[in-house]
Amino acid sequence: MLKTLQVLFGAAAVFFLIVPLIAILPLAFTSGAFLTYPMPGISMRWFNELVTADAWRRSIVNSLVIGCGTTMLATVLGTTAALGLRGRVVLGGLFRTMFLLPMVVPAVVLGVGMQILFVRLGVANSYLGVIAAHTVVAIPFVVVSVSGSLEGIDRRVERAALSLGASPFTVLQRVTLPLAMPGIASGAVLAFATSLDEVVLTLFVAGPNQRTLARQMFSTIRENISPAIAAAAFLFIVGTLLAAAAAIVLKKQRQRRTGLA
Amino acid sequence: MAIPRIRFDQITKSYGSLRVIDGLSLDIAKGEFISLLGPSGSGKTTLLMILAGFESATGGGVWLDGKRIDHLPPYRRDMGVVFQNYALFPHMTVADNIAFPLQMRGVRKAEIAERVKRALDMVQLGAMSERYPAQLSGGQQQRIALARALVFEPAVVLMDEPLGALDKQLREQMQLDIRKLHMRLGLTVVFVTHDQSEALTMSDRIAVFNKGIIEQIGTPREIYDHPATRFVAEFIGETNLIEGTVERVEADMATVRLAGGSEIRVQAGTAATTSAKVLVSVRPERIHLGPDAGERGNALRSTVVDSVYQGDHLRVQLDDGAHGFIVRSDRRTAEWPQGAAVVASFQPEDCWVIAS
Ligand SMILES: Nc1ncnc2c1ncn2[C@@H]1O[C@H](COP(=O)(O)OP(=O)(O)O)[C@@H](O)[C@H]1O
Ligand SMILES: [Mg+2]
Repeated sequence: MLKTLQVLFGAAAVFFLIVPLIAILPLAFTSGAFLTYPMPGISMRWFNELVTADAWRRSIVNSLVIGCGTTMLATVLGTTAALGLRGRVVLGGLFRTMFLLPMVVPAVVLGVGMQILFVRLGVANSYLGVIAAHTVVAIPFVVVSVSGSLEGIDRRVERAALSLGASPFTVLQRVTLPLAMPGIASGAVLAFATSLDEVVLTLFVAGPNQRTLARQMFSTIRENISPAIAAAAFLFIVGTLLAAAAAIVLKKQRQRRTGLA
Repeated sequence: MAIPRIRFDQITKSYGSLRVIDGLSLDIAKGEFISLLGPSGSGKTTLLMILAGFESATGGGVWLDGKRIDHLPPYRRDMGVVFQNYALFPHMTVADNIAFPLQMRGVRKAEIAERVKRALDMVQLGAMSERYPAQLSGGQQQRIALARALVFEPAVVLMDEPLGALDKQLREQMQLDIRKLHMRLGLTVVFVTHDQSEALTMSDRIAVFNKGIIEQIGTPREIYDHPATRFVAEFIGETNLIEGTVERVEADMATVRLAGGSEIRVQAGTAATTSAKVLVSVRPERIHLGPDAGERGNALRSTVVDSVYQGDHLRVQLDDGAHGFIVRSDRRTAEWPQGAAVVASFQPEDCWVIAS
């Protein structure tokens, strides 16, 4: 009895989570001009629209540029931070909390602050500004993910490398980072996903030239409800799933070879 | 005297108010196999880590071939370390693991390949070179760790309980293998263990650790036959310690009056001075049981308290009214039922006197 209830409850929760996706995704293939059911027919015209209409095409390129920039910056900074916070560090707890703060600080608050700051620094309405803003919210994911995999590294392995003649920098390069790679890779995927999906900060700090795909969807849905939004959403989900799948496949391969988690 | 390969001089190490090593001095000769033997927490690993450069001593100095090395980081010390859990690089193949120290030293590619192959052959794992550590058994990983620590021909090889995780049979095999390598390559080895039989089997000399000091240092024979302190006598092998007072000392023999009133003749060690309170150590395998003392100089009339069959010997517990004894008795001679009266006899040469 309890078992049945559990299963039912679980199913309901899953249903609640994915029903918006199920509702919107088929509309990406509608041949009609409106984002409504029933669909008059099946076509790829809205995908076509995405890659031909200037606003959509530019927003996709922007998202990729900003996403890649954010991924690189956040991964490098977040990994460095995780390395620095490793083990017992003076005020380590305090620093760790600070790095995770962007996860809980309301994005609007961050956005207002950043806009003011960026205007002063002269990076408002620039790619650099948007990438910096996205990096701030992406770093916590990288820090958490890399810290997790650093924790799993046996310090004696690094000591062994030192005793075998490797300088601390070589140990980092040849032992620590390779062993932390699963965490770094999933941190990078999370950073990319965060950037792709970020709207609030983008509204504050991006100019008309840095419209991202998410931002473009946001304004489109308010101006004209076009099925291009559904097509964009479809791209989003496929992209995210591919990234996640790639991460999992890589991890599995490595696990099979080396027995590492 | 030749310059020792390693010299510890008055090493002290404290963690806060906890003194883990206390004014320890030790010289290790080139080509020597020395074991640091002691109970858990006695400071063995700490001393090894100070030698490898992972910990710095609070006081004192460390010398390698006459040069002070305290200030050198671990990667400039030229020491091969084998850790208890092997600490192989899990993301590298066996061959890459072994090649690592050679790459760090800028050895040419062709030479690396050749030396890796030789090292693998040395530990009889030539076929495993492309495997990852996780695909090897514990014993194989242990050998790879050994090969990796030896391939660059370090001045010293340090091993911290390297066989602790292996089962008994494999451990004994590895003990012999390591000992053979030591002799063939003329290695200087510092070997940490808490297993006294392992230390006795493998070492040229044993340093017995207790609470951050060396209680005694000597060859396995000296340590076993002539323990300097009660701690050493009890830690190395099993022994009977009998309290008594020295009655007379004559040349190299002495007479000791036991608490029970009887007198025995013993070897007069340095601890034997007239009327000194002493402990007499007699190893269980040196005591003979029978209806009379026979030719052996010392005899104690006793009663059998218990007798346990142990396969290759009988372990007999005796009581002579004042002391309990443990005797390892040849199981072919006789069975000893509980309560039987028996004479426990032993030679004066097998009695060693320790200050109490
Ligand atoms: N980093 C440390 N901080 C505090 N105490 C330590 C540290 N490392 C070791 N100790 C203490 O030093 C003592 C000796 O440890 P160790 O050298 O590991 O002993 P052994 O190897 O003989 O078992 C132990 O009491 C241990 O708790
Ligand atoms: Mg230890």
